[in-house]
Amino acid sequence: MTVVFVPGDAAAVAVGADEVAAALAVAARARGLDVAIVRNGSRGLFWLEPLVEVETSDGRIGYGPVAVEDIPALLDGGLLDGGGHSLRLGRPEELPFLKRQTRLTFARCGIVDPRSLDDYRAHGGYLGLQRAISLGPAATVDEVTASGLRGRGGAGFPTGIKWKTVAATFVAQKYIVCNADEGDSGTFSDRMIMEGDPFVLIEGMTIAGYAVGATKGYIYVRSEYPHAIAAFADALRTARMAGYLGANVADGGFAFDIELRVGAGAYVCGEETALLDSLEGKRGLVRPKPPLPAHEGLFGLPTVINNVISLASVPIVLAEGAAFYKNFGMGRSRGTMPIQLAGNVRHGGLYEAAFGVTLGELVDDIGGGTATGRPVRAVQVGGPLGAYFPRALFDTPFDYEAFAARDGLIGHGGIVVFDDGVDMARQARFAMEFCAIESCGKCTPCRIGSTRGAEVLDRIMRGENVAANRALLTDLCQTMKFGSLCALGGFTPYPVMSALTHFPEDFAGVALRIAAE
Amino acid sequence: MPLVEEVDYGTPAAPHGDTNVTLTIDGTVVTVPTGTSIMRAAMAMGTTIPKLCATDSLNAFGSCRLCLVEIDGRAGTPASCTTPVAANMAVRTQTSRLAQIRKGVMELYISDHPLDCLTCAANGDCELQDMAGAVGLRDVRYGYDGANHLVAAKDESNPYFTFDPAKCIVCSRCVRACEEVQGTYALTIDGRGFASKVAAGMDEAFLASECVSCGACVQACPTATLIEKNVIEIGQPEHSVITTCAYCGVGCTFKAEMRGEDVVRMVPWKDGKANRGHSCVKGRFAWGYATHKERITKPMIRAKVTDPWREVSWQVAIDHAAGEFKRIQAQYGRGSVGGITSSRCTNEETYLVQKLVRAGFGNNNVDTCARVCHSPTGYGLSQTFGTSAGTQDFDSVMDTDVVMVIGANPTDGHPVFASRLKRRLRQGAKLIVVDPRRIDLVRSPHTEATHHLPLRPGTNVAVLTAMAHVIVTEGLVDEAFVRERCDWEAFSDWAAFVAEPRNSPDAVAELSGVPAHDIAAAARLYATGGNGAIYYGLGVTEHSQGTTTVMAIANLAMATGNIGRPGVGVNPLRGQNNVQGACDMGSFPHELTGYRHIGDEVARALFEAAWGCKLEAEPGLRIPNMLDAAVGGTFKGIYIHGEDILQSDPDTRHVSTGLAAMECVVVQDLFLNETANYAHVFLPGSTFLERDGTFTNAERRIQRIRRVTSPRAGLADWEVTMALARALGLEMAYAHPSEIMDEIARLTPTFAGVSYAMLDEAGSVQWPCDAAAPDGTPVMHLERFVRGMGRFLITEYQPTDERSNRRFPLLLTTGRILSQYNVGAQTRRTANVAWHEEDRLEMHPADAEQRGLRTGDWVRLASRAGETSLRATVTDRVAAGVVYTTFHHPMTQANVVTTEYSDWATNCPEYKVTAVQVTPSNGPSEWQVRYEEQAQLSRRILAEAAD
Repeated sequence: MTVVFVPGDAAAVAVGADEVAAALAVAARARGLDVAIVRNGSRGLFWLEPLVEVETSDGRIGYGPVAVEDIPALLDGGLLDGGGHSLRLGRPEELPFLKRQTRLTFARCGIVDPRSLDDYRAHGGYLGLQRAISLGPAATVDEVTASGLRGRGGAGFPTGIKWKTVAATFVAQKYIVCNADEGDSGTFSDRMIMEGDPFVLIEGMTIAGYAVGATKGYIYVRSEYPHAIAAFADALRTARMAGYLGANVADGGFAFDIELRVGAGAYVCGEETALLDSLEGKRGLVRPKPPLPAHEGLFGLPTVINNVISLASVPIVLAEGAAFYKNFGMGRSRGTMPIQLAGNVRHGGLYEAAFGVTLGELVDDIGGGTATGRPVRAVQVGGPLGAYFPRALFDTPFDYEAFAARDGLIGHGGIVVFDDGVDMARQARFAMEFCAIESCGKCTPCRIGSTRGAEVLDRIMRGENVAANRALLTDLCQTMKFGSLCALGGFTPYPVMSALTHFPEDFAGVALRIAAE
Repeated sequence: MPLVEEVDYGTPAAPHGDTNVTLTIDGTVVTVPTGTSIMRAAMAMGTTIPKLCATDSLNAFGSCRLCLVEIDGRAGTPASCTTPVAANMAVRTQTSRLAQIRKGVMELYISDHPLDCLTCAANGDCELQDMAGAVGLRDVRYGYDGANHLVAAKDESNPYFTFDPAKCIVCSRCVRACEEVQGTYALTIDGRGFASKVAAGMDEAFLASECVSCGACVQACPTATLIEKNVIEIGQPEHSVITTCAYCGVGCTFKAEMRGEDVVRMVPWKDGKANRGHSCVKGRFAWGYATHKERITKPMIRAKVTDPWREVSWQVAIDHAAGEFKRIQAQYGRGSVGGITSSRCTNEETYLVQKLVRAGFGNNNVDTCARVCHSPTGYGLSQTFGTSAGTQDFDSVMDTDVVMVIGANPTDGHPVFASRLKRRLRQGAKLIVVDPRRIDLVRSPHTEATHHLPLRPGTNVAVLTAMAHVIVTEGLVDEAFVRERCDWEAFSDWAAFVAEPRNSPDAVAELSGVPAHDIAAAARLYATGGNGAIYYGLGVTEHSQGTTTVMAIANLAMATGNIGRPGVGVNPLRGQNNVQGACDMGSFPHELTGYRHIGDEVARALFEAAWGCKLEAEPGLRIPNMLDAAVGGTFKGIYIHGEDILQSDPDTRHVSTGLAAMECVVVQDLFLNETANYAHVFLPGSTFLERDGTFTNAERRIQRIRRVTSPRAGLADWEVTMALARALGLEMAYAHPSEIMDEIARLTPTFAGVSYAMLDEAGSVQWPCDAAAPDGTPVMHLERFVRGMGRFLITEYQPTDERSNRRFPLLLTTGRILSQYNVGAQTRRTANVAWHEEDRLEMHPADAEQRGLRTGDWVRLASRAGETSLRATVTDRVAAGVVYTTFHHPMTQANVVTTEYSDWATNCPEYKVTAVQVTPSNGPSEWQVRYEEQAQLSRRILAEAAD
């Protein structure tokens, strides 16, 4: 029997992976071939999806992007033996895009059968939990602290310190909350891990629960992720049946279980306090801090709230040790970051690398420039609230502090590429518009400011009192940046001001722009 | 008195703690309690940080972003309302960066706000306006043609206030007030971002939503978005007077905000110790009856009750009344007349009325409407604890862990207390409800009773004794407390009694209709759940075993050690604003002020010396006895002060027969009430707005009412009683009610320390207030019971004689509703009728189906005493076999149906259990039609006669 991998990842499904899998099954049966199809996660090379892999004695051989029509020819060419075809890519891990990566968090993603706990364990799964239990809760927290792991959701807060705060509270009930409301445009790492290696997230949450003394975990997934929801729910059932969740986790003498909750389409519910409100069944409204969720979080009780990638990185930290993980990266940004290349980019996908790789390397070299072939004009890093970087700043290393020093943020690690056809004033307006649509409505700068911002940009684009309106826009951005309650209103000025600063020519007003063309 | 402007500290005071924090604000060192917000600390230091979404009645929210500050060593600009102080923190409240942000935020606010300040109802009382000034906004560079809410439609559905979303700044203060202060959760923010808006219910009109019109949202609103219609119509008030609400026994303190002699609005006062700045629809809004066109403002007399009324001068009316009483006494004897004091009137007036009866009539035929409500409380608690009053203050509930509510419906009857109770429940306290109906407390937003025991009306004693059985037999008694504080022998007898198998939950389950395990679980929770407090109402007292039930409650509290500290106790929720005071003031035939028996030689001698006359040593007649005697021909004249016995007392036909048999009925009231149909002299009363005095609320708190406007009839009630007393030959010469209080204090040990000067200084005081407790007594029985050792009393269950049978298969129980007050004389004459225009009969769907009845159908409600008709509401809020109605409307005449049965000890009528039958009907009964005709006839008034 030959094992063939056809990714079940939503990105692969979007380009026909389900049809490819079905067609392959039909064709194999018709030809009397003994084929077992595994719906693995994606390797993260999206331009090659559906990336079909065949297990051979020489390892896995990849083909892609495969269309249904290619299947007869692929089979004719000896697909099941790794035979030749124009789509044959060789061993995927030898492809430069993969080969240059440092896959720690995503080590198993695209390789294992995401539905198989045995497969997970066969690939090093649950070694992290095992070591945590042998260390004990306090030492587990210390290990995470020592690894230098910081929140991958965007804020970059040291994960170990958050855990330590919760661990130090003495109450009957604490919670672990996993923020899987991955709403940033151009990001998909959370989704990929939930679909491609869900057990690593379960293990990470379990370690967190063990470390801080929480018996209950919640994962809050955005409703736009049906595949991730299904995959993760399936993994939860499997883990529970195997005793990895429940009253006595892995016979380790502690209780932990996870409840999956689905959001209702609000971007702001990715903000941790709004997420907690939403989990409690309320309107997703941003809470003031203090109190920190670590002190008064879900239902007013101490809560660790971490992003998917933060938690999914914990098993490797524990399994390999803090020093191993900390060894990667630069400055205060330790370990690896799953960077997501999207937008107008030739090689879009997930690229996990140690901190320190420069923006230029990522966009030009790894991403291969734009998909349209036109020059890269700008990239937006860190989601819809991230700054636009011009080529002039492509020497910026991927590092929390280095980006902050250039009035940017790495956020959740999303990079969206634009070619020279982009109108940066429109992009600035989009940022305000996005904020206006997604604002929870609680604080004034965000609630009213975003709408006014879009209106001011409209006036600028129409050429009305451009200088005065630019000054007003700058003032508004100051008000929003310093006045907003949370990062939604507070970071909306990043894309706006970076566009204005780096691309002033796009804000000259319509009259001038027409004249310039 | 100028307009009282209360200081808004922005955030609530820090929770009580022993530690302080010292920090620097704008270079000034300030020390405040740990947990204080920077905003509040700045107020303490003497500076005000701009704010809009913060107000000290609500938890900090942090949305307006005007109060941002800078803190040395911390990044960003945190909100001062949500950031607590920390030791050695250095805060700056005014920097150029902060000024720019604040101005920027204000510019945004004003870009979506109408620029009609000069014609706005809130002009001069608008925080948005104030803040625009404070931050120095000079220009709105966005212009006014952007997206806005300026055309949003106004909601004027509520009779008392309007909601104008065009003026809303979405600060959520109204929403938070509805949640945190009132606990109703009727308001929310609908939509997101710029589209966020305040919505009532499911985005309905306010009146159609769950809104209970408590006014907390209006009070919290910083702009004209939610504003009293009166302010829109009249304008801003110019002065205010602190006074006390005259509705229920909670005793809320209000600021009467005035314009000349016109009340513009009543605003609950933050420093009011009973209400802590909250209110309900009645006190806040339903005072329009004071100027209702049906107010009688001229004294009237008539020879026969079938004659029309004749308006006369005060002199003529008083002389006529006094002359009649003297004639009757001469003809039928000294005991042939009597008086009824009013629990709606002041302590001073009540005192005068009983003085008039005892010293002027020379008999003890004085009684009060407490007879028909809380007389069993007085007797039951004095027998067990030694005092005829509740043991706690309202604040006590905030220290309670388990609340047991028995026979009370606080969200309707005592709404302001209910809001505090719900707040405590939301903090985690447990609730047990013992009530035949599923009252709102059983399940409401974010609160739910752990146990609801829906017992059959009339089985209180059985259920409470069964709870005691569980506590005793399961070893849950607080023996240390009982041994130290109570009479051990009485306890032992009681314990042996309750432990008998016939008192077990199993034994009473069937007769009470409450499953045994629920009774047992509730008992265990009350006994072991921490501080346990019992709150009860008329569902306890208005039974043939009312006194026994009060004793059973006292027994439970003593057995579990739940007496003598904050958070515990036995708390009667008293109905009338001054029912406690009326009882304190010697309104009962057998008691002088301070509950001293009339037979007590020492006490009587004190009064005889003070009043300069001899007093009868024998108790006089109670109300039912007066009526019986009237029917029997020996009681001929009565002075009824501020009470409508015809509508409120049981067995209306008996009451009317008694009244009709009298020769002189003097009614002193605001309106021609039902009793006045049988009156010969009508003395117009004054409202609480028109006189000075004191009320004593359910927590024994003595509070001032202050005259804000002249009496419409020229005289305040106390002046009328004084005039009548003088006409009877009793010398009375008080220049002001304070002099009456001085006399009360001289003659009443528990009031010894009370004076108007003292009340003006302290705001209010809880009696006993004497040399030992000069600041009053919030919690009673701290070290020892007033009677010495607490006394357990045997509570043998005796089923009422009123039983359902084949003819009358259902049990009727009665109660009140939020928007109406008792006989409705006041609230029916306000816009509160928008919520409750008629009394309805609640009936279980099973009973309704058997009779083919649907909601809205007219039904005939009949008992062996009488029958009436009203419309039905089918609901499972009542159990099958039980029906329920209110008694706010005279047309309904619910008391035509209630019987003459009463409490064995105090004669408190058994309103809460009447066997009835319900059948379909075509409309009002013949009796009702006849009654209405007679009432119309009786209310005719001739134009003023020349005296």
